[in-house]
Formats: sequence, structure tokens, C-alpha cells
Amino acid sequence: MSETLVDLDDVLTRYEPVIGLETHVELGTESKMFCGCSTTFGAEPNTQTCPVCLGLPGSLPVANAAAIESTIRIGLALGCRIAAWSRFARKNYFYPDIPKGFQTSQYDEPLCTAGHLDVEVDGQTYRVEIERVHLEEDTGKNLHVGGATGRIHGADHSLVDFNRAGIPLVEIVTRPVPGTGAKAPEVARAYVTELREIIQTLGASDVRMEQGSLRCDVNTSLAPVGSLEWGTRTETKNVNSLRSVERAVRYEMRRQAAVLDAGGRVVQETRHFHEDTGSTSPGRSKEEATDYRYFPEPDLVPLAPDAEWVEKLAADLPELPAARRTRLQQEWGLSGTEMTWLVNAGALGLVEQTVAAGASPAEARKWWLGELARRANDAGVELADLAVTPAQVAELTALVAEGTINDKLARQALDGVLAGEGDPRAVVAARGLAVMGESDELVAAVDAAIAGAPDVVEKVRGGKVQALGALVGAVMKTTRGQADAATVRRMLEERVLSS
Amino acid sequence: MSDLTALPVTALQAALASGETSAVEVTRAHLDRIAAEDGDLGAYLHVDADAALQRAGEIDASGTAGTGLAGIPVALKDVFVTEGVPTTSGSRILEGWRPPYSATVASRLHDAGTVLLGKTNMDEFAMGSSTENSAYKVTRNPWDRDRIPGGSSGGSSAAVAGRLAPFALGTDTGGSIRQPAAVTGLVGHKPTYGSVSRYGLIAFSSSLDQAGPMARTVMDAALLHEAIGGHDPRDSTSIDAPVPTVVEAARRGAGGDLSGLRVGVVRELGGEGARDGYDPGVLERFTEAVALLEAAGAEVREVSCPAFDLALPAYYLIAPSEASSNLARFEGMRFGIRVGDDGSRDIDEVMALTREQGFGPEVKRRIILGTYALSAGYYDAYYGQAQKVRTLINRDFLAAFDDVDVLVSPTSPTVAWPIGARVDDPLAMYAADLCTLPASLAGVPAISVPCGLSEGLPVGLQVMAPALSDDRCYRVAAAVEAAQGAPLADRLAERAA
Repeated sequence: MSETLVDLDDVLTRYEPVIGLETHVELGTESKMFCGCSTTFGAEPNTQTCPVCLGLPGSLPVANAAAIESTIRIGLALGCRIAAWSRFARKNYFYPDIPKGFQTSQYDEPLCTAGHLDVEVDGQTYRVEIERVHLEEDTGKNLHVGGATGRIHGADHSLVDFNRAGIPLVEIVTRPVPGTGAKAPEVARAYVTELREIIQTLGASDVRMEQGSLRCDVNTSLAPVGSLEWGTRTETKNVNSLRSVERAVRYEMRRQAAVLDAGGRVVQETRHFHEDTGSTSPGRSKEEATDYRYFPEPDLVPLAPDAEWVEKLAADLPELPAARRTRLQQEWGLSGTEMTWLVNAGALGLVEQTVAAGASPAEARKWWLGELARRANDAGVELADLAVTPAQVAELTALVAEGTINDKLARQALDGVLAGEGDPRAVVAARGLAVMGESDELVAAVDAAIAGAPDVVEKVRGGKVQALGALVGAVMKTTRGQADAATVRRMLEERVLSS
Repeated sequence: MSDLTALPVTALQAALASGETSAVEVTRAHLDRIAAEDGDLGAYLHVDADAALQRAGEIDASGTAGTGLAGIPVALKDVFVTEGVPTTSGSRILEGWRPPYSATVASRLHDAGTVLLGKTNMDEFAMGSSTENSAYKVTRNPWDRDRIPGGSSGGSSAAVAGRLAPFALGTDTGGSIRQPAAVTGLVGHKPTYGSVSRYGLIAFSSSLDQAGPMARTVMDAALLHEAIGGHDPRDSTSIDAPVPTVVEAARRGAGGDLSGLRVGVVRELGGEGARDGYDPGVLERFTEAVALLEAAGAEVREVSCPAFDLALPAYYLIAPSEASSNLARFEGMRFGIRVGDDGSRDIDEVMALTREQGFGPEVKRRIILGTYALSAGYYDAYYGQAQKVRTLINRDFLAAFDDVDVLVSPTSPTVAWPIGARVDDPLAMYAADLCTLPASLAGVPAISVPCGLSEGLPVGLQVMAPALSDDRCYRVAAAVEAAQGAPLADRLAERAA
């Protein structure tokens, strides 16, 4: 496994990377692509099967209209041309997890072609051209039993679960993306991130990489700087997180540079990504690649989406993430950098919902990027997984704005919310967190502070007004933070300076 | 009551309806004949007498016998999936498989109240013209037991001609209903592609396979056709149109008047331009049949369909190509036999061994042929080119049907040949489909109706019609049948008596 690697900076002095991505998305349809079986994740093995998705002799497929619609919507969101005539094709190969001995897919007549997706990295926009978006069916899942690794090598026997077989799968293939230079790993990640967000916005899939409903194959090649021809590419499979997408490209760039530096040639092959080490290892090489013998699926009729229907689907698309970001940035008056922070922190939607619940954009941002980000970080969870809703955050900001609580009390109120004690207003009431007014108690505390620190009073009167802070602190301490600091300061000023 | 196995379905219906006989009696008569004859004839792969009698008893008890097809026994080619009943498609690779579901046509026949007698022998995966490619047994022609019963639906043809079933279902990919019907003196119809469900029909060539009836009379065939036809949402290629009124057409045709009907004799199929390979006796019977049509008032002319000459090579690229993919699912993982799974071999070896031992030589030949034709670099030259030929054949049909209502030809260039005569010569075997292939490739309906004997063996007339005009096939066939006085099948019964 100790592959020779070249430093990334060093790679870029001699080579230009070209990347490409093939992304598989399991659609969130109720039923499978060609039969009525359920698509629910995590059911007992082989309980969601029928003669069709088990490939029993005599069974025939019937295409799922909802899946076709979802595919077209994804294509439209990526600016693709929607084919007026499209066909399924059979991709023939033998493997125990494909029940029919072929995968029903699309070949030279895909549903969507020629789109693009713009992604931003460090303030620069990169256009990723989309070659095609097509519809196919997922395979079953092999389970290798008895080995140490769960892989086929060393296993006693293997089991196949066909619950996943036949789930609609959309494949989104980019054209090769040149010109990303040192940013190639980040561009790859940004592309998948943006694509995921688009599909989420469309409601076409739950796009959960950890459950495999979004899976990525990453192509990487290097060419000498200034070369007119691209290098030989590798296809890294099994890349199952956004971070891994970035790491896989980086690793392949470093590995391929070492191969080329040593005078070797990059082998065109599929490689496996290893999450633990961040490295890749060789899989099937092109030399032993299967001839899939594609031909049009004779058991299904061609698809001819009606142009008017497609236009309606286009018109009914929801606001897409890029447009939404632009709009919110303007509405909230943010700089590009501020917007990027918000997006990178995964807080955009939360802030938007908090604003919708009545908070000011500035307050909402302050809470989510400040106190809440800190708490999420401490707890090691995502912002969205914190036990507080945007509406509750908005209520906190409202309580501060109306003077019921101050920032410090608000943090205590948040403690209560996170501990499941209810909404902020209820927590404030239950815990008695409201700010003190100019009560006798507060007057007594102020007088006590003045009486207790004659030297400080002297200094203030002598012109060192900033020394008043020590007195404010003393009052806040006696009132356990429940006083309003501004009120306290005003009361101190009245007493110390006017006499 | 006379011998129940000698009666046409129409007579059985009447006898059941009047209470003259019962479903159990009719079923038992056929089971007895199967017991007596099938050891030699080899028509059936699976018969469950107890289940058949029980089913017949239920029909009798329900009081529905005689309404429609209720109480009428039927045999199914073993290519149809039947729930809980062994289904092999004539192949060793499916030995022991009991399907968990039924083909749509099997369900429709069951719902109609028919009694399943058993599953009939066939060429393995419907690949063949003699039923000699069955992995299980040889089937003999009831007219001459040293001869083949045609194929691939040879078990069904032998069963019906031998009176081991009143009628039966077959499937036709390149002629597998029509040719066995022709050489056993039966009526066999290949419906318009898409008009009978393929769901549960073990696929040979998806774009060509059609299920259809085989019977001793045109009317019996029409009754069976109506029971199985019609749209099926489980089959995407199924046409959403009403079943052609074939029973009505058979009744009308039996009146014998074909006035105004324009009939085209295909020059390339048994007409003036026919190539070598036709038995003189077949051509004589064909000429006589055409004369019968004219006598019935039809207006006959010769029509040229030049692309038909290309049907054979196109078919033998398209069908094996689709078969190579359709048969990929038979790898021993989920059903049927599994060979070599003793822990010493990897998955690829187990799949390869299973297929090596599970498939017979003709199936392997076609898988290899189809795999080659679909390979990268050869696709355009073979599969792609064959699809273009298919388009040309379609155009020839469309042009012809501008001028005529139906086209006619001999069904098979020869009568039944001796068992074993062509087993070592695949090309001679393939030539048996010469006349039936064009209608298969174009998806149009075609019927074979008996038109006499040559050397004491049956000859069939093929009648082809435009898509969804299956009724024309039945009308013409019924007129031909009527003009001959009695169904040809009766002569076999007389000969035996």
C-alpha cells in the first residue's frame, strides 16, 4: 500500500489535471423502476421482491412513470436538452447481483443530454458540462459471509439481497472538466455538493451518501503542462462522502504524478477508494473490461416525452439552490464571502427558516454561526442535528429584542431548550431568567457596589470614566447576570457622576 | 356418447351445457388417452391427472361447465409459467423449477374455467422446428410416428392432432405455432405481435415471441384465441386494443363466401419466384387451395415482396441476439439447477458449468451466434443491419396490403420429415421457417390451415393479414376448411379407426 506520492504543489508545477464525475442517484419513488415492489431502505433481505425484480423466467418490466418524470426534472434543473425520443437498453454482463443477466439502462438514446452546472470555489466559478442524464435500475447487494474483511476474498459463502435490485437509479455523467488546476479536488467536491443540493431541492431523492442513495465514481487524469492531449484516466469507485470525493482526486493526482515522473504510464482502470487511508487501489483494468453488448430493450416501448408536458415540468421547477443563494444574499445584504461561510457551515437553510420565523437576518446569522455552531462543534454533530428549531432560535432573538432577556440569559435559555425543557419563552419563565427592572433589589445592589468601592468611585469622578466597568461587573455579579447591563451603567452614572 | 376425445371443442361445449357429459368425464377421457398413447407419442412433459380431475370436479360442482370454455381441458406448451406446476421450457437448466406465479394467458384460461391437462414438450427454449431439441424426449407425429411433429410447439401439435387434448397453446417466434400445425394437420394462429400477453412466457426472442392457439378446427382456435387475447398492463409491448372478433370471423368464413376479398399470392413464397426447397406436393396443394379461394369468390393476384428473401438471415441474427441476452438469467443462482457449487470453484466457474451442462447444443449455438452479433464492432454489421431488413420487410407488407386484404403462401416448404433427418444440418432445419418468418419479423398475424395431404402427410396454407386484422386470417381459414368438407384432423381419426 506504500504507493509513492508527489506533493500536490509539486504535481501542479508539471501537470494539469482533468476530472470527470459519474454520479448515481437512487430516486425516492414509492415503487421500483420496473415493478410495484417497495423501495424502503433497510427492510429484511429479499422481502421487497417479486418475479420481475428477481428476474424470474417469463417476467417482464413495466417502466415507472414517476421515475421518468424525476429524471426529466433533474435534466431540466441541469439545463439539459430533453430527448423527444429515448430508449432503454440492455447492458449485458454476468454477476449474481444482477438478476436478469443484464441491467436495464440507457445507452445511446438517454433521456437528457448537454447540460451544465456552475460551481464556485474560492470566489471563482467553474462550469461543469453535463454530458448525459439517464435512467437505469440498481443492482442487488452481495453479502460475503465468513471472511475477515466482508469482501469476497476469504469469504465462506455469499448471500444476495435483491431488495435494492430494480430501484430506479439516475446516472449523471459530466464531460471531462479541464482547467481547474490546483482546485481540481475542491471543484469535484463542490460539483457533487451542488448536485446533491439540486436533487434535494427537487425532492427527487434523499441523496444520502452514507446509505448509498448517492454514489460517485471519480475520473482523474494528468497531462504535462502545455500538452494538447489529455492523459490516461482512472475511474475511482466507492467514493462515499463529499470529503472522499476531494481526497480521491487529490490522491490520484499525487499517485499518477509519481507514476509519470518515474517514466511509467498510467493504466486505464477502475480503482477502489479506501475511506480509512484515503488511498486508492487497482480494480478491473480496461484490458479485461467486459463488452456489454448493449442493444435496445425489446421488452419496453420507447419513451417519447410530450413537449408540452416537459415545458410544464420546466415551468414548475422549484427555485434552484444557486438562484436561491443569489436572492438571499441580496435580501440579507451579505458579501460573497459572508454568503460562502453561511453555505459552508450548512446554515443557509436554517438561517432562512429562522428569518422566516421572524428573526432579523443579522441576528439569525449571529446565532447559527456563533453560539449554535460552537455547541454543535462541542457535541460533534451537524448544525441541523441540534435539538433546537429555527422557530425556537427566532423566539430567543425576539426575547432579547423585547428586553425580556439579555444575551447571557439567552444562552441559559438555550441550555434549557437543548435540554428539552420546551420553547424559549417557557424556559425563561420556568427558570426565572427575565431581566431585572429598576427594582428595589437592583437599587440596593447598585448602592452596595458604590459603597463597597470608594477608590473606584474616586477614579471615575477624577475623569477615568472607563473605571465604571468594574462597578457594572460587581452589580451584574450580585444579580447573577439577570440585570440589564445598560440599565445598571445608567444607574451608576446617575449616582456617581451627578453627586 | 361417442369418443369424447374425437369431438371438437364446440361439440364438447354443447355436450357439457346439455349435461350429456361432465367436465370430469371429458377430462378423464383425455387422461385415459394420454395414459394409453403418450408413452409412444411423447407429447407431454408433465401431466398431473389428480389435479386435472380435481379441477374438473370443481367446475362440475360450480355448475358453469359448458359456459364459455368452462370444463374444457387444455394443454400448455411448457414455455408458459404455471404456478406450482413444473415449468422447464424444454431445458435441463430449469429441471425441478416450480414457478411462484402464472403467465397471464395461463391465468386467463384458468379464470375461464378450463382444465389444465399438462405441459407439452418443445424444442429447448423454443429453438427448433422439430421438437428434437427438447432436453427430455422425442415427440412423434401422430400421422406417421417416425416423423417429427414440427416445432418448437411440437408437443402441443402432437397432443392435439393425436387427440390427447382438445386444443393447446403454443408460441410462435419464427413459425413455431404455424409449422407444427401445418405438419400435423391442425389450425395454428400466430396473433398480431402485442395482442396476446407475453407476461409469463419464457422469452426466446422478445420482439418476436407470441402465444397463440392450436386446434383441430378454425372455430376451436378462435375460441381459444378470444380467451387469451387482450391488453395486459404487465406487458409493456401489449397493445391496448379490443381483441379482434375472431370467433365471429370464423363463423362468417365457414359460410364459404369470400366475394370481394382480395388475396395476394406471394411470389417469393411458393409463388412463381419461389426458390428450390419446396416439395412438389406442397406446391400442388397450395395451388389447389388458391383455386378454392377463387372458387369462393376471392379475387386472386400475385404480389411481390422482394425483401422476404432476406427474412431468414435477418431472423437468425435478431432472434439469437435477443436470446443471448434473454437466456443470461439462467446461471444457477436463483432457480433451476446449479452445477459445481462444492466450494472449490468461484462464482464465474459455477455459472459457466451450470450453463455448460444445463443448455443443449442448439441453445448454445444460438447464444454464441447472438453474442457475436451484438459484440462491439459487429453490432452495426449484424444486429443493426438485420433491423434494417426488418423495416424493409415491413414496408413490403404495407405496400402489399395497399393492394390486397390478405397474403397467402404454403406454411412450410415441406411435409413432416423423418425423425433425425435434419439434426446434423442446422441450415436445413432453419429452412423449415422460410415461409413463416416474414410475418414474424413484421409482427403481423398469420394462420396455418390444413389444405390437404401430400404423400399422406398434412400440408398447411398460410394466410397473413395486416396488424390487428387477425379476424381476416380466421375468415379465410374457415372458408378453406369449409370448402374441404370436414377438418383434415378427422381423417386421421378415421384412419386410426
